[in-house]
Amino acid sequence: MGTVLRRLLLALPIAFGVSVVCFALVYIAPGDPLQTIVPPDATQATIDAVKHAYGLDKPLVVQYLIWLWRVLHGNLGTSISTTRPVALEVMLALGNTMRLVALAMPAALIVGYAMGVAAARFPGGWIDRAVTGIAVVGVSLPNYWVGVVLVILCAVQWSLLPATGMGSGHAALLSWESLRFMILPSISLALIPMGIIARSTRACVLDLASHDFVLTLRAKGMSESTVTRHVLRNALPQVIAIVGLQFGYLMGGSILVETVFSWPGSGFLLGRAIQNRDVPLLQGTVLVLAMIFVATNLLVDLLQVRLDPRLRRG
Amino acid sequence: MAEGMSIAPAALPAAPGARRRRNTYWGEVGGKLIRQPGAMLGAAMLAVIVLAAIFAPWIAPFDPNKGSILMRLKPFFFRGHLLGADELGRDMLSRLIWGGRISLAMGVVPVLIAMLIGGALGLTAGFGGKLANTLIMRVMDVFYAFPSVLLAVAIAGAMGGGLIDGMIALTLVFIPPMCRVAESATAQVRNLDFIEAARATGAGGFSIVRHHVIGNVLGPVTVYASSLISVSVLLSAGLSFLGLGVQPPTADWGLMLSTLVPSIYVVPWVCALPGAAIFLTSIAFGLLSSGLRAAMDMRGA
Repeated sequence: MGTVLRRLLLALPIAFGVSVVCFALVYIAPGDPLQTIVPPDATQATIDAVKHAYGLDKPLVVQYLIWLWRVLHGNLGTSISTTRPVALEVMLALGNTMRLVALAMPAALIVGYAMGVAAARFPGGWIDRAVTGIAVVGVSLPNYWVGVVLVILCAVQWSLLPATGMGSGHAALLSWESLRFMILPSISLALIPMGIIARSTRACVLDLASHDFVLTLRAKGMSESTVTRHVLRNALPQVIAIVGLQFGYLMGGSILVETVFSWPGSGFLLGRAIQNRDVPLLQGTVLVLAMIFVATNLLVDLLQVRLDPRLRRG
Repeated sequence: MAEGMSIAPAALPAAPGARRRRNTYWGEVGGKLIRQPGAMLGAAMLAVIVLAAIFAPWIAPFDPNKGSILMRLKPFFFRGHLLGADELGRDMLSRLIWGGRISLAMGVVPVLIAMLIGGALGLTAGFGGKLANTLIMRVMDVFYAFPSVLLAVAIAGAMGGGLIDGMIALTLVFIPPMCRVAESATAQVRNLDFIEAARATGAGGFSIVRHHVIGNVLGPVTVYASSLISVSVLLSAGLSFLGLGVQPPTADWGLMLSTLVPSIYVVPWVCALPGAAIFLTSIAFGLLSSGLRAAMDMRGA
């Protein structure tokens, strides 16, 4: 229990730092931070009221604390372009992003893991060389361009799948009517993490296979499937660490992919915030996405401790 | 003093054997690099892309910014336009050649600046005592807590987004990983005997870093920086794609891709070209970098 508590405490300063960076975003925007909050045609009375409400007449530290207090109460400010609460916008968009990630992440994990294990089975063989090649190409692929090429192939040339959007939104979540919109963006998102998971799994399995315990298992006359099971079980903590990182990559990568597919998720929202110079919306979206990433990393840490007793000491 | 010490701060001992001509460390690395087909393929691709960008005014067949309404969205090989024409009737090949200038600069410059700043911060953190280490590395941890695309988009987006803003954002994204590599390389040599020996002869901290530490840190930092360029090319083109790079009508691959996407139903493969340029540049840098890593025998860096 002590380990869990310590990891939680270690994540706190990170979360604090992330909040400071997000707070600072408004201040690195050109011009008076006030101008980014109130519309340009606001009257003096409105400006004064906003100034007081946001505490912009107080020292920076106090301003940060006021901002933090509001954020902790779920108030991320108001979007300039839509005049709706930022928290509401982000939550709606986040749901859509999660739908894509929920499809892309398991696909990347299963295919990547299988590729890595297959490659490690016969190092130097043709499967191994193919997997390594795919991984090299995969990390250099711009995922937004993959999206464009997929749209050209599947929507423009063969008319198999819709090019953009997410459909009416009334269709059931798992029906073909809503799934068919998710296939192309999910593939674009999943390709790079898949390559990285394949490469890391391969390296990890090969590394484990050279350990003494494998030799011992073989010497004891264990069947090959038993040996494999032991190796894969030991690879799990490392694979989970990679998956956690890739989850963050998917959240970041979704910014560009969602823009290509006009998928109304958090990345698309970020693109809209940039286009409209909507700094509160930008700040709120970045804060929520970054905090999700911090929480994911923490969760991965805790899972690793749970799966690998050696990490509980030290 | 430290200068008179016989212990050379060579990054890694050169392998015995290759005596003729390449008996320096970097000569050795270069010799190994040439014998790798993957790295040479990357170098050849890169040579074509870089030379095309440098000599753009002489080799581009058309003016990259001059369009014609009659030539809008034309397919490959249309009336002398080898790679077709874009949505304003401008020659695609010429724009791709010219676009390499901004795209390469935006991909390479942030990594170089981050290498300098991150390297210096890492050396300071690794050699400047516990307080400096904690201070610098904990701040880096915070920036590490953001997915890189998100951090780049957030900073460039908040700053307003132009070529310079985009480069500053990318530099800030690359400083923390660069700092970590430099710091761990410094920590590795910090307690070695020759540092102790230098200190015993009375060399000061600054002199030790200059003569004995930098040489050992430069290798891993260079290898890591070269691997970051491939990422940086993708990221910077992504920023341009979102409108956070140069403004139209300047030719830039990311920007070209985003303005051509609405036309994919007219000339699909012409619209995909800028993305192919981004991909090929990134993979060329990637191949060269992994070759360099193997040549310098630094799989862990």
